[in-house]
Parts: sequence; C-alpha cells; structure tokens
Amino acid sequence: MTLIDLANPTRFLALTARVLPWLAAATVLLLAIGLYQTALAPDDYQQGATVKIMFIHVPNAWLSMFVWGVMSIASLGTLVWRHPLADVAAKAAAPIGAAFTFLALLTGSLWGRPMWGTYWEWDARLTSVLILFLMYLGLMALWRAVDDPSRAARAAAVLTLVGALNLPIIKFSVDWWNTLHQPASVMRMGGSALDKSFLIPLLVMAIAFTLLFVTLHLAAMRNEILRRRVRSLQMMQASRVAFSSEMGATSRGQNASKEVGAA
Amino acid sequence: MCGADSRRSNHHWKPPMTALSALIRRDIRIALRVGGGALIGVLFFLTVVVLMPFAVGPDLALLSRLGPAILWLGALLASLLTLDRLFMADHEDGSLDLITMSRTPLELACAAKALAHWLAAGLPLIVATPVLGLLLNLDMVATGAVALTLLAGTPALTFTGMIGAALAVTLHRGGLLMAVLVLPLSIPVLIFGVAASQAVIVGPMTFGAPFSILCALSLVSLVIGPFAAAASLRHGLD
Repeated sequence: MTLIDLANPTRFLALTARVLPWLAAATVLLLAIGLYQTALAPDDYQQGATVKIMFIHVPNAWLSMFVWGVMSIASLGTLVWRHPLADVAAKAAAPIGAAFTFLALLTGSLWGRPMWGTYWEWDARLTSVLILFLMYLGLMALWRAVDDPSRAARAAAVLTLVGALNLPIIKFSVDWWNTLHQPASVMRMGGSALDKSFLIPLLVMAIAFTLLFVTLHLAAMRNEILRRRVRSLQMMQASRVAFSSEMGATSRGQNASKEVGAA
Repeated sequence: MCGADSRRSNHHWKPPMTALSALIRRDIRIALRVGGGALIGVLFFLTVVVLMPFAVGPDLALLSRLGPAILWLGALLASLLTLDRLFMADHEDGSLDLITMSRTPLELACAAKALAHWLAAGLPLIVATPVLGLLLNLDMVATGAVALTLLAGTPALTFTGMIGAALAVTLHRGGLLMAVLVLPLSIPVLIFGVAASQAVIVGPMTFGAPFSILCALSLVSLVIGPFAAAASLRHGLD
C-alpha cells in the first residue's frame, strides 16, 4: 500500500472507513489518559493551578504549525506530483489548522490574564501566532472565493508554499521587533527545564491532539470527497433539467399558443 | 529600424535581454500613459497621508513621531493597490498568453514586469516622500532616512505583491481577497523599514542592522516572487 494506491478516491474512502473508528477510539483513550494525568499533575509553585492551561495550550500551538506543514506537503503533492487527493487534503486541513491556531490564541490569552494581568500582550509569540491565524483565514477565504475546486487548489498550493517560506521570516522579524520595543518584560514559561511530572502529561496530550488532528483530517477529507461527488451529481442533474426544460419550454409554448388560439 | 538592426547584428546574440528590455519599456510606457494609472498610486499615497492628521489630530510633535510609520503604511497600501493591475490588463487584451508562450522564461518575464511596475509606480512614491515629510513635520535627516528605507524596501513589496497579482488574475478575483493574502507577507518589510527609519530619528539603535535586513528581504523576495508568480500563472491560466 503506497501513497499512489490512495489516488483512487473510492479506495481511499473504503480504507478510511475501516481505519477511522480505531483512530477515534485511540484519540479518546489518549485524551482521557492525558486529562487524568493533567488533573493529577502538581500545581506550579508560582502559577498555581493556572499552569494546567499549558497542557491544552502547548499541543494546540504545536499543531497550529504542524498543520501548515501538512498543507505544504499536500501543496507539493498538488503542484509537483498532481496527486488527486492532495488538494482534498490541503483544503480539509485549512479550517482544522485555523481552529487549532484559534484555540492556541484563546488559551494563551486566558493564561495571560492571571499571569501578565492582561488578555492580550504584543508578545512575540502571540503576535506571530496571530499572523499565522490571519494567514489561515486568508487561505480559507481563497478556497471559498473560487467555485472550481481544481483551480482554487493550485492557487492555494502556491500561496501555502510561499507562506511556508515566509513564516520563519515573519517569526524572526516579529521576535526582533518585540525585543526592540519591550525588552524581556514578559515572564517566560519554564525558565528551568520542565519537571517530569509536567513533561509526561504534556507529551501524552501532544500525541492525543495529533491523533485528534489525524482523525478530524481524514474525516474532513472524506466529507470533501463526498461533497465533490454531490456537487458533480448536482451539476449533471442541473444540466439534465436545463436540457429537458428547454424541450419542455418549446412544447409548453406550443400548448400556450394552442390555448390562446382556443380562447 | 531597431528590428532590422538587431537582425543584422545576429552574431551578438542577446535575444532574452532585448525581449526583456522591450517588455520593461512597454510596461513603463503603458503605465505612464492615459489609462495606465501608475501615478494614481502617488495621489493615493498623498491622500492617505493627508487623512492621518484628521485621525490623530494636528499635533506636530505627535505627527513627527508617527511620521515614518504613516509614510510606510501609505506606501504599503499604495503599492498594494496599484499591483492589482499588474497582470490583469495583459490578461484582458491577451498579451499575457503571448508572454506565457514565448521562449523567454516566464520567471524572467515576471521579474521584468515587476521591475517595470516598480519603476513606474514605486519610484514616484519615493520621489513624493520629501513633500509628504514636510506635511508630517519631519526634518531633512528623517525624511532622507524614510526615503532611503522606502527605496530599499518597496521592491520587496512589489515582488511579494506580484504573487498576489498572479493569483488574482488566475482566479479572476482581485481587490480585498488579494489584500488579505498579501498583507501578512509584507509584515517583515514593514517592521524593518520603520525600525531603520526610527533608528536614524530617535533610536539608540544603529541604522545598519535593520537596513541590511531590509535589503536582504528585498533580495529574497526578488528570488521567490518571480518563481511563485510564474508557477501560479503556469498552473492557473487556461
């Protein structure tokens, strides 16, 4: 089973139908374990119980970047290998990535409120994640702006790859800008290495969230394939209706003229 | 006459360069003549800068502090808005198809078009900067610094914006969608452009570091922009 075997959407649908329940079960199990361990983890001596936001926040932040990586690989698949499912993968990943990025921002600002005293700080990391979020939204707007999926796919692929090249530059410049404007006033997480009691739950949660992404992504890809099938069926039906109504219009016109004649 | 000349001196062999310089000359001419609209960018720049005092108040001290940021934002928006037409007009009259099919590499043709656009629409912005600096109460040194950073930074805006223009023409969508896609990519240029100008005016910082990074950004976009725009045109046009 190689990647090219998945090029057939029907085979992909059959395979994912078999795999998805197991993936979902593994996700639920790992999330349960991770949340249990999170609940058991000790409070931080400085931050108190708010440190537990970290176990949700860090996996979301990690996935916000990971999903862009997945989309970049899918974009290469679209532009270079012309893999038929690559643009489906790229399209399905964008809203999920945007959701993870939004959750990272949200949990970050909820965490920042008790720690920094404000919901929003123009901190380098927060700012660059916000820009990443804007780029996700722009990409989704691009997908929605064009009704022909394959045309949108190639444009989105170019934009995704340009974004992948640009994101490190943006990250670097925002870091530079931030140190210029406010030198290290922000408290940084984990000046010392993380304790094992934090590290293990964090790793479990990271794996659980990655599995969650894989599950959601496969399900979204299935939906996208089915949506495209529905769309092409509807177009076929629409053309058939248009054709038959053309025929009907002429016959109806004849009827109408007959009625007019009768009146 | 020119054509006959170049045909006679065939052994000199420089076809790509002549094709590209012809393209550049043509684009500049179209942009500057009636219907081109390159100079509307300058007018827009002027209008945006004039609007700023109405928003923040006529306080000259505040305006001179915000000056570089206002000028950079105005130049960013002006160069973005004029980019909309970079490929669109050529697509409408069919010459973009000829450029795509010609033997000149599409990447080079894109770079030439962007260069012509910068010469016609970007340079006038920099020429207008001293006048606008007067309105914002910037002194000579500050105005010079802003103009110099604009000179180094606006090529980056044009060459990254070209990607958006290529996407716009393949998608038959321009305007807001393009702005939403391109503006996040121009954040680094804005950061280092304003930082370099501020370094001259107030900062304890040196001018050199942000300015050389700004030049580096321009050079990087000079490489990435034509390739991405050409890829988008090649895959998107049909």
